[in-house]
Amino acid sequence: MNPLAIVPVPAAAPAAQVGNPWINIGIFGLFVAVTLVVVLRASRNNKTAADYLAGGRAFTGGQNGTAIAGDYLSAASFLGIVGAIAIYGYDGFLYSIGFLVAWLVALLLVAELLRNTGKFTMADVLSFRLKQKPVRIAASITTLAVCLFYLLAQMAGAGGLVSLLLGISDKAGQSIVIVVVGALMIFYVLMGGMKGTTWVQIIKACLLIAGAFVMTIWALAMHGFDFNALLGAAVEKAGSEKILDPGQQYGKSITTKIDFLSLGLALVLGTAGLPHVLMRFYTVPTAKEARKSVVWAIWLIGAFYLFTLVLGYAAGALIGVDAIKAAPGGQNSAAPLLAYHLGGSVLLGIIAAVAFATILAVVAGLAITAAASFSHDIYGSVMKKGKATSEQEVKVARRTVVVIGIVAIVGGIGAQGQNVAFLVALAFAVAASANLPTILYSLFWKRFTTRGALWSMYGGLGSALLLIIFSPVMSGSATSMIQGVDFAIFPLANPGIISIPLAFFLGWLGSVTDKTTEDPIKAAEMEVRSLTGIGAEAPVDH
Amino acid sequence: MSSSPTPAPEDFLRVQKEPRFRKLRSDYRRFAFPMTALFLAWYLLYVIVAAFFPQVMAVRVYGHINVGIVWGLLQFVSTFVITALYVRFANRTLDPEASAIRHELEADAERHAAQQAGAHIKDQEEAK
Repeated sequence: MNPLAIVPVPAAAPAAQVGNPWINIGIFGLFVAVTLVVVLRASRNNKTAADYLAGGRAFTGGQNGTAIAGDYLSAASFLGIVGAIAIYGYDGFLYSIGFLVAWLVALLLVAELLRNTGKFTMADVLSFRLKQKPVRIAASITTLAVCLFYLLAQMAGAGGLVSLLLGISDKAGQSIVIVVVGALMIFYVLMGGMKGTTWVQIIKACLLIAGAFVMTIWALAMHGFDFNALLGAAVEKAGSEKILDPGQQYGKSITTKIDFLSLGLALVLGTAGLPHVLMRFYTVPTAKEARKSVVWAIWLIGAFYLFTLVLGYAAGALIGVDAIKAAPGGQNSAAPLLAYHLGGSVLLGIIAAVAFATILAVVAGLAITAAASFSHDIYGSVMKKGKATSEQEVKVARRTVVVIGIVAIVGGIGAQGQNVAFLVALAFAVAASANLPTILYSLFWKRFTTRGALWSMYGGLGSALLLIIFSPVMSGSATSMIQGVDFAIFPLANPGIISIPLAFFLGWLGSVTDKTTEDPIKAAEMEVRSLTGIGAEAPVDH
Repeated sequence: MSSSPTPAPEDFLRVQKEPRFRKLRSDYRRFAFPMTALFLAWYLLYVIVAAFFPQVMAVRVYGHINVGIVWGLLQFVSTFVITALYVRFANRTLDPEASAIRHELEADAERHAAQQAGAHIKDQEEAK
């Protein structure tokens, strides 16, 4: 199973409360207050679509790179990876490597060319030289699908987190927290647009990385700054050398090994197809700044994952596997428990608040991406045929944010106690299957046609969804979403190993069997623009 | 707004065929494509060994530190190194080539715009 999701907490879990919930709430309240001021200040200049949906394209590479780190390092990354390393040892570390290496795809192949050819959404690039209407609709559907799965996982995760951090373990209490997180997110995005969202993500990234850094130094200091000694302590506590070797989680059978390979493929190819990551590249003035953004993001995200390696084994050494598993929140409690062990209630409060801030910042980024896709692609380009004014697009985007917020709240409450692991894995698999092949083909392959794009996007999305529905994630195992029935005819939990090659194949097949040729002038314009930056969207002067 | 004038469609077709633009494209692709193949192969090899040959990863290098941890950290190192190499290459080679073509296209577009505006004024004057 994917350990990177907030494992649902049994409602009857005896809440062995650590720390003081009021300190946790107080520090989180402080974060909300500070970010509210920032968001309100950012909301002053939010008239045009370029302001509201792309932050005026005026962020620097460094700012945007930090925001990307804030967008990307979700609570699942932080709590999930630390917990996975603490319990499964080495297998947890494999995730962080996939999540980091994936950024090279964005750096080398996607970020700059996308910035040079698009305006607000992924569909801008995909539909550049193909038929606008069908390609935009398809790209918008895959964008909304990825955002929705990601959003539901984060919202359901928020519910799971509270049981541990605030001592609320009943379903009604968790639902209230989901409503509060959703309402805050709606307010932030409604008022602040992309500017407000970006600042929330920047603040959160700084807090998260600084918090992880302090804990890492602290944990290393307790072992004489000797990583080898820390590993030794973890081995001693676990009573087994095995936690240092791969295979604890995925080594059980040939199926789980192939499953892991499938997950690894989705992780490394999914990132550059995540719409909320792609949209961040439009918030900087030039392609060169987009490049700088990715470089900043790679350094920050890489450093953070190195911290989680230390923190995971430190949690194993100082708390122990059994204590972590017994705590409310299970494996996701490793990082908070470690914080409590190191710095008592105050450090726990800070880390707890950071975890909430993380969820808030990530859902805000997802909401604005989904809203941009609906208002710019569906409303502006398809319904109004490109004749919508900038103000109209902003108005529709704002309304979409409210709708998406409500869907996320309702879905988050509904997904409580469900196996939300599949939502995160599915978001990456869908992004890698439905989005990435079409992005790469349309940037690099001259003969790519509208039919190829549609086959690849719908084929990638459809096959990933079908394989998940018929996988053990949905039915037939003890942790499935639907209990009591078994229609799991596909043995893997991760569809990527089938759906990603299939989507690449369909994109090729659809194009070579297509007799129609696409507009050579548009193709020339796209190629020249993507590499030189001529005619790229300029930043807004205020 | 500081938007630059948009070049005419025939300018894009012309530039696309120019040797200078072809050089920019092949410089970019000759760096980006093999590098992508390289890091993907290096990553997949690591994942496959970790999944199917865990005994290789379990070999101890120093104390409790094994091949798996060293190789995992090397994935971080290779990511950082490729990032730095690409940035250096892009700054030194791609950016000057791209901006030379861009500036020329912008100048062309401005000249077109000026000619059109000039023709327009002439029309108006003749109309008087």
